[in-house]
Amino acid sequence: MSPDNYVYLAAILFTIGTIGVMIRRNALVAFMSVELMLNAANLAMVAFALARGGLDGQVATFFVMVVAAAEVVVGLSIIITIYRTRRSTSVDAANLLKL
Amino acid sequence: MNAITAPTFEWLQLAPILTVLLAACIGIGIEAALPRRWRFVSQVLLFELAIGVAFVLLVMSWLSPKDNLGLMAMDSISLDGPSYLMWGALLVFGLLSMLVFAERDLNDGASSFAASAASVPGSAAETEASLARHEHSEVFPLALFSLTGMMVFVAANDLLTAFVALEVMSLPLYLLSGMARRRRLLSQEAALKYFLLGALSSAFFLFGMALTYGFTGSFDYGRISDAIADPVYGRGLLYTGMAFLAIGLLFKIGAVPFHNWVPDVYVGAPTPVTGFMAICTKLAAVGATVRIFYVGFGGERWAWQPLVAVVAVITMAIGVVVALTQSDMKRLLAYSSISHAGFILVAVVGATAGVTGQMNSFGSILFYLVAYGFATVAAFAIVTMVRNQAGEVHEISGWAGLGRKSPLLAGIFAVLMLSFAGIPLTGGFIGKWAVFSAAWRGGYAWLVLAAVAFSLVAAYVYLRVIVLMFFAEPADGVVVGRASGMTWVPVALGALASAYLGLFPGPLLDLVTSASTFLR
Repeated sequence: MSPDNYVYLAAILFTIGTIGVMIRRNALVAFMSVELMLNAANLAMVAFALARGGLDGQVATFFVMVVAAAEVVVGLSIIITIYRTRRSTSVDAANLLKL
Repeated sequence: MNAITAPTFEWLQLAPILTVLLAACIGIGIEAALPRRWRFVSQVLLFELAIGVAFVLLVMSWLSPKDNLGLMAMDSISLDGPSYLMWGALLVFGLLSMLVFAERDLNDGASSFAASAASVPGSAAETEASLARHEHSEVFPLALFSLTGMMVFVAANDLLTAFVALEVMSLPLYLLSGMARRRRLLSQEAALKYFLLGALSSAFFLFGMALTYGFTGSFDYGRISDAIADPVYGRGLLYTGMAFLAIGLLFKIGAVPFHNWVPDVYVGAPTPVTGFMAICTKLAAVGATVRIFYVGFGGERWAWQPLVAVVAVITMAIGVVVALTQSDMKRLLAYSSISHAGFILVAVVGATAGVTGQMNSFGSILFYLVAYGFATVAAFAIVTMVRNQAGEVHEISGWAGLGRKSPLLAGIFAVLMLSFAGIPLTGGFIGKWAVFSAAWRGGYAWLVLAAVAFSLVAAYVYLRVIVLMFFAEPADGVVVGRASGMTWVPVALGALASAYLGLFPGPLLDLVTSASTFLR
């Protein structure tokens, strides 16, 4: 099967993730959408590694996974702190800073 | 089957980065091992020592014979003139802004960070922690980790290293923004906003990286440049990848239309952290952007220059015009930082390669960043000193008549404002002159004219603050706090450097001219 289709799938996943961050109001769901975007990039890199015949893209995927895990640690700690303060993770409730 | 060769690593040349990283790790060890009352002092000594040692190592390596320039650590770090200069600037500004972290006299013996960031604001746990005088001395290792990421980011020679460095630089900053002692709700909200938007922008950077890899078959800037000259696929893939990478980078620089987080995060974060972000993050992001777009995508400059020119114009316009309407000092400085990002992008567009002995775009950008950096570090340090009963006074009306309460501090702030405005005889003027002439030589005369017009309007923003400080009736209840040397050193150095760079720009101009060529 041609790697092209995997790249199209990656682009679709990335778009879904972007839309998710834009329209979902729950910080946790927005964060999950960001993770979807990272994994879309992983899929694209693996597909391109297959197409170009190199290993760079596949190795890069592991780095991205580790970075994503670190991001989860930081992100969840921030979201939980906000939740304990406000009893809500809605990004609409976080509006003290708006003009 | 071939034997696996061990990767090489140039320990000596990369010692400045390793020193900062090692100090951050030792800092974590201090948190675990030392009793609470010793932690703060030892963390402060540790970061001062580490940054000092890193700077000495950097200068020694710079002064040694130049055969140590080249690609380091299996071609993932590029050690060239720009890397040396950016590292030096990052270490100096990192040290100055971290000194403000260590200020404890302004807040009755407590730092500007929450006693317990995990406690709910207003709860019994929070009161208990502040009464027990608990402190988050973890802020120092966090800032050092961030500084490590920045140093790798500006010198990275492939996109994967750049991505990892981008995250190492950003993740500690998300946490630091949420740790203010006062106005904690605002601070937590700033952290959430910064985190979500920052994660979104790094996802864009990553997808751009994947697409660029697809087009070129490599993450290495040099090979990307070669592959662009000899393409396999259609250009659409490359342009999409470039655009996504640019979105991720412009977000970190704080350029319009990716600037929404800047004012909110600058206001919500503890002021010392804002100072650190305002200069170090900007320096690192600009440095990495210039390297990626000059070294990697230099062959496609006709495609990206017009777009970056448009971004530069709207960034200057929004930054300057919105700054006119601000009534909050930190928000004003945030919009000022957005407009300065626009002025820097003007030089990025110039992309003049630089004839020998003549300053190229990167040299002018670096001079601008250094002049802007000294003024920014000092300005945010001064914001921590203007206080009332409830803490720092951020409303500009509260700054009225500061010239009568403390002529020295108001005088210094006036010098910094003049440098921001780019008035002659300050560092800001020489910086503006340098970036505008870089764009002029690059054939962007219309952009230079627009930038000159915007800097005239911007001057009004800063002069308004000066007039208010010296010619308005003093505001009630606002005092200039008694700060220790931790705040005064950055303030004094920032003011002196702003004036010095305006009066004697020669040495630094020579330095950035001699060492502004990127290695390919």
